[in-house]
Parts: sequence; structure tokens; C-alpha cells
Amino acid sequence: MSALDLASAVRSGERSAVDVIDEHLARIDARDGEINAFNLVTADAAREAAAAIDAAVASGKDPGPLAGVPIAIKDNMCTTGVATTCSSKILEGWEPPYDATVVQRVVAAGAVMVGKTNLDEFAMGSSTENSAFGPTKNPLDTTRVPGGSSGGSAAAVAADFAPLSLGSDTGGSIRQPAAFCGLVGMKPTYGAVSRSGLIAFGSSLDQIGPFSKTVAESAALLEAIGGHDPLDSTSIDQPAFDLTSVLDRGVEGMRIGILRELSGGEGGVEGLSADVIARTNEAAAALEKAGATVVEVSVPSATLGLSAYYLVAPAEASSNLSRFDGVRYGLRVDASTTGEMMTATRTAGFGPEVKRRIMLGTYALSAGYYDAFYGKALKVRTMMLQEFASVYAEVDLLLTPTAPTTAFPLGDRTADPMTMYVNDVCTIPSNLVGHPAISVPFGVGDDGLPVGVQLLGPALSEPTIYQAAAALEAAAPGEGSLS
Amino acid sequence: MTVHEPSLPEEWELVVGLEVHVELATKTKLFCGCENKFSHIPNTLTCPTCVGLPGSLPVMNEKAVEFAMRLGRALGCDIHPSVMARKNYFYPDMAKDFQTTQYDQPTNADGQLALADGTVVGIERAHIEEDAGKTTHVGGGGRINDATYSLVDYNRAGVPLVEIVSRPDIRTVEHAKAYVSELRDILLAIEVSDAKMEEGSMRVDANVSVRPTGSDELRTRCELKNINSVRSLGRAIEYEARRHVDLYTSGEAPRQETRHWDEEGGRSTAGRSKEDADDYRYFQEPDLVPLAPTAAQIAEIDASMPVLPAARRARLGERSSVADEVIVTVVERGQDGLALGAIEAGADADKVLTRIQNDLAVDDWSAVTSESLAMLIQMETGGELTATQAKQVLGEMAAGEHGGDPKAIAAAHGFEAMESDELETLVDQLIVDHPDEWSRFVGGDDGDSKKMQGFFTGQIMKATQGQADGRAVAQLLGQKSAG
Repeated sequence: MSALDLASAVRSGERSAVDVIDEHLARIDARDGEINAFNLVTADAAREAAAAIDAAVASGKDPGPLAGVPIAIKDNMCTTGVATTCSSKILEGWEPPYDATVVQRVVAAGAVMVGKTNLDEFAMGSSTENSAFGPTKNPLDTTRVPGGSSGGSAAAVAADFAPLSLGSDTGGSIRQPAAFCGLVGMKPTYGAVSRSGLIAFGSSLDQIGPFSKTVAESAALLEAIGGHDPLDSTSIDQPAFDLTSVLDRGVEGMRIGILRELSGGEGGVEGLSADVIARTNEAAAALEKAGATVVEVSVPSATLGLSAYYLVAPAEASSNLSRFDGVRYGLRVDASTTGEMMTATRTAGFGPEVKRRIMLGTYALSAGYYDAFYGKALKVRTMMLQEFASVYAEVDLLLTPTAPTTAFPLGDRTADPMTMYVNDVCTIPSNLVGHPAISVPFGVGDDGLPVGVQLLGPALSEPTIYQAAAALEAAAPGEGSLS
Repeated sequence: MTVHEPSLPEEWELVVGLEVHVELATKTKLFCGCENKFSHIPNTLTCPTCVGLPGSLPVMNEKAVEFAMRLGRALGCDIHPSVMARKNYFYPDMAKDFQTTQYDQPTNADGQLALADGTVVGIERAHIEEDAGKTTHVGGGGRINDATYSLVDYNRAGVPLVEIVSRPDIRTVEHAKAYVSELRDILLAIEVSDAKMEEGSMRVDANVSVRPTGSDELRTRCELKNINSVRSLGRAIEYEARRHVDLYTSGEAPRQETRHWDEEGGRSTAGRSKEDADDYRYFQEPDLVPLAPTAAQIAEIDASMPVLPAARRARLGERSSVADEVIVTVVERGQDGLALGAIEAGADADKVLTRIQNDLAVDDWSAVTSESLAMLIQMETGGELTATQAKQVLGEMAAGEHGGDPKAIAAAHGFEAMESDELETLVDQLIVDHPDEWSRFVGGDDGDSKKMQGFFTGQIMKATQGQADGRAVAQLLGQKSAG
């Protein structure tokens, strides 16, 4: 049952929210020992919240568009009095005294949080294997990764632990796991969703967005979490999107560009597997069949995205993660001086990938290296913005694969960070320019696992993106070997 | 004209630049809604943002930006579109382990400050930044590296500051002190800070170097910290300059370093050398948007700019012939408006100013108006009141007695200057009563004569309960003795 069907059943009193929660908690109980989607299941609080929703319905009040819908929250979003760990030992024992804006908003819309989901430590990774609490497994094939960094949130929806979840996407951390788990995953325009209460990784890149099985549920959840927030200075000053009402408009007359550099075209990024490229081309054909005009376009600087990203994101992270020093909260490893305490705490608290990125970022910002590294990466961002702007003068949206391959086996890429980093080659450009992008399932790969294709648009083009995503969803081949 | 610091040998010239941190008197802190005030109870004026909790974000205090721009304009700076930057370093009282400040794009640049004697000191920049908390190191040597433990109070963390950086244009200790006094007067006049050095709302660091007189090189400088008063600033610069001269003359050279001024010991001690200083890895703060003041905003600031102390001093200087110090004091106390009004109402300018300087050194003089002051001075110059009486009446005017009306106050005391024939009768009677004393006054040596004049004046004042005009008495005694 979809989130929207659940909500209408709860709002009409046809189903009790407590029953809905219990049903999902039972599934979590039965299977999360194997999947490890959750760092923490908040069963008691969820039942209480569900009972309050039932009481509201009984007294004739409307608990909101997501009434009684179970939702899983990535464990890098603050939840009052509920441990928030970023899947890191360094935040051991910390309970935020406040809710992230998105958490307040989903609760205000009637959704019920069932737990906090696993992630690559501080959202740094593409497989959810860099977690201090063990890897999450892909519910579609437990020998595979669910993608990352929002792997727990993706797995929670794929395993029917909750119909909705929230992830964060700094370089693809919603879209790539959505693709690996056969879900719809959306990274909104930078500033469309408040970052207040999201524990920062790369502040100029981070955006929160929804996971769901369908485009309609994704649209409903983004409507609930979007809109201006005075607590986030980078929040765009405009009301929440109206997305659910545009889903049936189709793509007739829409112009869609296949982005050559990220879709297996000549001179583009390497390493895209043939089945993924084939599904992308089939998606283009399906859109054309539905009435869109499809053309091939070029954004040459898109190939520089990965390099620029691995300077910008670690640079910002090196600064954002400085505050984890043992002084105020979380882990503290005692030592004889304050400085030694900080060093000992950070040495013990951070995992290897986090340390690697702090070092990369520290280096990129160092005196004498800034211009060659961080400064150059900023120039790439500017260049990409210009090139995307000229492409969007010609087309409404762009189409690319979401990830180079389908979900890979656990442990397959942990030895060499570069093989992990290239997973985000198609998703990173949208973060660097702050544009929205969605991953929609489109058929399966040679291994029978889902393939995701990605629709990209200019800033605040969410309605157009959802319109096309709905058309793509309708045209997608059946689930095949997935069922 | 070149000026030379008198405490240095003629062949050495003093070169000083000052960095002044000023706390802005906004209601709330720079990036959060916490109250900007002093509290004796540690960590009571804090929130997730100013303690740097994970997920918290800064929101710029627009009033602080306005105050900073007002200060910039008062210093003749250009206001530029500006950005906030992160200055990264680890210290327990720096909640995020980076300070949000301005780096290569400050709000205010290229201004100047004119000292009372006409000397102009260039202002390089006046930028916005946040204050840190306060660390108390307990036990051991009382420093961060040898304390038993340290306590941190974040009440001050996030308090808005403007750092005003002068050019190295200051050549004498007196000018350095005058610069700070003038800056303080400006801050008070434009009401952006209470500018109290002793309480830390105005903090002065001095960059000191020396060079051969006549040269225009800039030699190695030392930055002096922990200067807590204007007097202390003078002593510190003088000491440091002397130390540099001594080093150079003995064939050595100072090291570029931060030095700690020890007021009690009257010396500076070496702090951290600049060679092993942190690399602050500045980069643009991604959580805040650029500041782009409009021409209209700047025009509004200019239009609301009060007349600044230099112009106010000039205004009084043109109208009077009193010593500069009198005017400086009156302007410093903010009593120049009162004086100007009284002068314009027809009172004698010099008398108005000296009377204010001598007899209106009180905190609250709001009951005194230009009109009532003018009336008082006119009563005095017209002979209705003696100087002693005028002083007493002014005191009671300030206290608000009789509605601050000088005539009513004088009448209540029965103050009327004595008619001169009444006074003459009194003097004649005294001569008859004290013939010995009179002959000593008339014929004694200078010392004795003076003593006797005091005797007669005292007797007259006693007899008239102070109502006699001292000058009239002296004149009368003179006439009698000559006659």
C-alpha cells in the first residue's frame, strides 16, 4: 500500500495509524537484523505518535496529508531527544535538543518517524559500508550494497519498513541508492529544502530529499518538506512546490536532452556499463514515444565534476567536522592537555574515510595550495553553471544514467577509494551547480538488479522534473526478476 | 610634517598600526537570537547555533551589518559587497572550531580617522566577525597546555564584533592614544558600541615596529595583545619600540611574533611566533549568503549620520577661545549640544564652556537645557550671581531642583549679588574692627599682604554667607589700600 493510500485510509478512519505502525514495526523486527537499515528504531515514540493521530482523526481533526505514514529518517538529521549519530562513534551519546526543520515538517504533515537510518559515516561514501555500525544490505539482494550514503533510508523503503524516507544528497547520496534499490530518489534545488538540523558534510552541496517507491509519493513528500525556512540563510524565499497536481500532464512538447558526457557518449566519462547505457537510451525512446522531443546535448565540463567535487566537498567537510573535538558533546577521549584530548578524540572517533576526506580538504585549502585546488574547483563550478545555462536554453530537461552500474557486491570496492568515488560521476554535477535531479527506476541490468535513470533540470524546475518522471515511470518496463 | 616619538633616539622612527575589536551593541548575537549582554552565570546566553551544535546554522543579524556599515561610513570607508569567511583553527572556546569573519571581501575598506590635532590615520578595513567564548584555565600554570582543567563560557560566543584595522600610519605614542580616544568618541556618537576598554567591549592590539628615521621601509613588527586601557597602550608601545631599538643597536633583530603585554611588570613577553602560526585555511562561509547593501541603504546610513566629534569640536572652537582640552572634554561628555544652544541663546561662549567643564561633570544632566544654562550664565555675567553661587545653582539645576530654573533656585537661596555700596560699608567696618591686620595688608611684605587679603576676604564671605563677589571684594580692598 502506498504512502498516499495509507494516509487517506488513516484520514478517513478506515485504518488506524497504530495498526499501520505496528505492521511496519513487525516487518522491521523480522528483517532488519539482516538488512541493518536502522541505527535506531523508535518503536515506542512511533506508537505514541500514531495513537495521537488516531485520536485526532476520532475528534474530527485532519492530521495532515501524510497522516499515519511511517517514515524513516537518515541519521544525520537532528531529532529532539533521539540519538543522532551520523553513523559515527564521535557522536556517541549525543541527543540533539532540537528537530531538523524537515523532521518538524514531516511530523506536521502527519507522518510518523519509525527510526533513524544507517549511512556512510557523515554521509561520506557510496555504499553505506563506511558506517561505524556495520554495513546496510540491499534488500533486493543481500549480497549487494544498497548504495550510499543514504543506504539505510533506501533499504528501509525497499524492504517495506516504511513507505517513505528522507535522505541527504551531497554528490548523489539519494539518487544512487535509489537507483540501486529500485526506488524514486530526488535531490531538490539547492535551497528548496531547509538544511537546518542536517549535520553538514559539504554545506554548499548538501540537500535533503525523499525516497519512495513511486513518483507520486516522492512529490507528496517533497511538497511537505519544501518551502522557505528562516533558519537556513541559503533557503530560497518561496513557498513549497505544488508537484502532485502536475504529475498527469505528460511530456508532450517537452524538449529533453541526452547529456552526452554522462551517457556513454564520446569524450564523456568512462566506466558506464553497457546495460545501464541501454536502459538510458530506452528511457529516452520512451519519452519520445510519449511526445517529447529528444536531442543529444553537450556539457563538456560535466566530465570535470568528479575532480571538482573531491576538492569542494572535502574542503567544506574539513571545516564542518572540526567542531567534533570532544569539548562540548559526543565522544571524549581524555588526555593530559586540551590539544591532546582533541587529537585523541578525533583519532578514535572518526573512521578511515572521514579522516581521508578531512586530510584531502585540509590540504586543498592550505596556504599556497588554495588557488591550485579549491580555487580551481570553484572555477569549474562557475564554468559548469554557464554551460548548463546554455543547454537549458535549448532543452527543458536532461537525461542521464544515475549510476555507472547496478548495485555492486558488498566489499567489492572498499579497498580502493577511487573505484568507490566514480559511482557518483553522473550525479555530482547537479550538486555542484545546485540544480534538481531525480532518479527513476527504468528496467533492470544484466544481473537482474534495478537500473535508475536520472532527469536533471535547471534551478526550481521541480514541477517539470516530476511531470517527466511520472511519464518515465508509466513507460518503465515491468519489474521483471525483481518480484 | 614629520613627528617623532620623543621617547626614541632621533635616528629611530616609531611605526604603529592598531587593530581594534569593538563589540556591537545589538540586542541579539550575530548569528542567533541569543541576547547580546553580559551575564555572570556561564552558558546561560546560548543556543545550538552559538554553541556550534551539529546541524545548527547561522542567520545574519541585519542590525549588526547596519551598525558595521554605520561605523564604516563614520570612518570614511567605502562599503563593498562582501562575504563572510571561515577562519579555521582549533580552540575550545571557538564553538565550531572556526571563526566566522570576513577575509578578502570585507564590508568596509579604505577609510581614515582624523585625530584632534589634524593628523590623519588611514583605515585599511573594518570587518564584521563573531566573538569567541571565554576559557578559564584552572590549575597548573594557568595556560591551555599546563592547566589541570579548563572551563569554557560561551555567553560571549557569537557576539558581533567589528575589527578596525588601521594602516601603519601612527608615529608617536600620543597619536596612538589619541587614535583610540577618537575612535571611542566616534563609536559613542554613532551609538553602535559602548566602547569600554576596561570591560572588553573595545579591545586594542598594537602592531609595533621601528625603522631608521627618514626611511619608508616596514620592518619586522610585533603584535601586542592584552592591552586594557589607553594608558596601558601608551606604555606597551613605548616599551616595545624601545626593545626593538635596543635589539637593532646591539646587532640583533626582533622576530615577528605575538607578544603579551604585562601591565604589572611593565614589559611584553613572547607569545607564539608567527612562523609556527596556524594556517587558517580561509574560505567563503557556505552557510551564509553574500552581503550586498543597496545604494539606498548606504544613502540612508549617510543621511542618519550624526555630526561626528571632530566636526563638533570644530563647531565649538570657532565660537570660543577656551583651551582645546575644554572643548575635547565637553564633546567627549556629549555636552556640546547643550553648550552650543546656550551660546546661540546669547550666553558668553567661554563662560558657558568652562562652567560646563568645571561644574557639570555628572552622569545625568538632562534637567539642564540650553535656555536655562544661558540664563544662568547671563545672571553670572550680569553680576546677579557670584561665581560660587553660579556653580551651586548649576549643580541644583542638574539635580532638577525648582524645575531646573536658575532664577527660582537663586531666589530660594536668597542669592543676590550685593550692591557695591553695601559691600563698601562692610569693608569699612572691617578696617575699623581690625586695624592691625589692615596695616599689615597695606604695608606688609608681599607674603604677609597676601595672607591679610585672604583674612579680609574670608571675613567678608563669612559675613555675607558667601554672597559677595570675590572679584569685587578684591577690587574694593585694592582701592581702599591705595586710597
